[in-house]
Amino acid sequence: MYVAVKGGERAIENAHDWLAEERRGDRDVAELTVAQIREQLALAVNRVMAEGSLYDPDLAALAIKQARGDLIEAVFLIRAYRTTLPRFGYTAPVDTGAMRCDRRISATYKDLPGGQVLGPTFDYTHRLIDFKLAADGQAPEVRPAREGAAEPVPHVTGFLNAEGLIETAGDDGDAPGDLTREPLELPADRALRLQALARADEGFTLGMAYSTQRGYGRTHAFVGELRIGAVAVEMEVPELGFSIEIGEVVLTECETVNQFKGSKTEPPQFTRGYGLVFGQSERKAISMSLVDRALRWEELGEDDTGAPAQDAEFVLYHGDNIQATGFLEHIKLPHYVDFQSELELIRKLRREAVEAVPEAAE
Amino acid sequence: MADAPSENRRRWMGLLARSPARAAELAAEAGLDAPHTLLRHPEIGSVMVRGRVGATGGAFNLGEMTVTRCSLRLASGAVGHGYVQGRHREGARAAALIDALMQTPEAPRVEAGVLARLRAEEAACRARRAGKAAATKVEFFTMTRGENA
Repeated sequence: MYVAVKGGERAIENAHDWLAEERRGDRDVAELTVAQIREQLALAVNRVMAEGSLYDPDLAALAIKQARGDLIEAVFLIRAYRTTLPRFGYTAPVDTGAMRCDRRISATYKDLPGGQVLGPTFDYTHRLIDFKLAADGQAPEVRPAREGAAEPVPHVTGFLNAEGLIETAGDDGDAPGDLTREPLELPADRALRLQALARADEGFTLGMAYSTQRGYGRTHAFVGELRIGAVAVEMEVPELGFSIEIGEVVLTECETVNQFKGSKTEPPQFTRGYGLVFGQSERKAISMSLVDRALRWEELGEDDTGAPAQDAEFVLYHGDNIQATGFLEHIKLPHYVDFQSELELIRKLRREAVEAVPEAAE
Repeated sequence: MADAPSENRRRWMGLLARSPARAAELAAEAGLDAPHTLLRHPEIGSVMVRGRVGATGGAFNLGEMTVTRCSLRLASGAVGHGYVQGRHREGARAAALIDALMQTPEAPRVEAGVLARLRAEEAACRARRAGKAAATKVEFFTMTRGENA
């Protein structure tokens, strides 16, 4: 247990002033603006929005600046800010089928209605450092293929549904639990698990997903579809009595197609994992869908192999980087009283050990 | 549920929600103003955005987004509401004012000065992006593996 301490105000103030000075860095170098971070470090901004669980690119960019680029610290700032906001309500579920896709690929079908659209991807780049970026080079302009409205592209799982080859996901109409209102309790239904995963640390989620690929709770996942783009957000406004669009958000959605199960009543069918994340965050979205699928073992009648990714308590209680950071970092705060008792205990144990074997002391 | 006039209103409110900063700018440029009382001062808050399990299943809570809202009443009695994305007090106020004015004989001037321009700018921006996405559309050919077919 850590204890309250008094004093040190001057030192703390100086430390914070120094922090601000270090954050600014060399004053001969131009200061970063929030707009520059938002526009040019967009994937960091997206990650902070996803794990901060608050969609606001300007705010996430500001948090990254304040946190000196420490993304978990930035997520912490966003989570803290979020708690100060009044909640106006819950939106209608977004329709990702109507997404205006910047990117949409499938690893299961090469020819699919709507086509494979690469979008602004790192895929197929050579991963060689580009020294032109260090010089004052102009970014190339993309020549658009055509001008015109994007047409909505159908979900890949829809094709498999049409053949009855994949399980369907139906809407029971229940209001989902909200772990920003009620602390997470187990067993957690899939809606709660997805909420927890959507805001979970990307690195943790990636590690969990990777472990299923290496055999710890294997699910044989294919990326049925990955799509990134803007969707409208609609909410019923009480004073109007009807629903309106209150904005739009960029989301990354991943649907995996996984190996089948069958039962006495149903023939074998592909099963599904689902990932949905704020921003362009495809590593996180793919990871989320693999972990979602692994956590469904019980519902799908699979064996509990004891794999970490199948253990909802393990995954859901350790994936939140703010909870984890809070508990981890608190051990650096004053624990003088605890430690004092440990000191006394070890001295006593050593005294007893020495007294019990007097020859050892000679 | 929504009759024709409220369908139009839904559209302009959505348009204003998506670009509040630009809406405030265009409203100022068009010199839109009218005496009004604020029923609700611009207020920043959040909404919980929901998704669907597997895109088509039951709802789940994905995460929040920031929203600013404002309500006002014109001297004529028309009440306007603004719900806009992000933290934009001026934008929410402009949206509420525009929503109110659209219910008055001022509507054509508001439509021409603000809404039509917003709509055109948004459409152009979306078309540019869609065009760039279309330029990255690929055809994959499957290679035969291991054999000289």
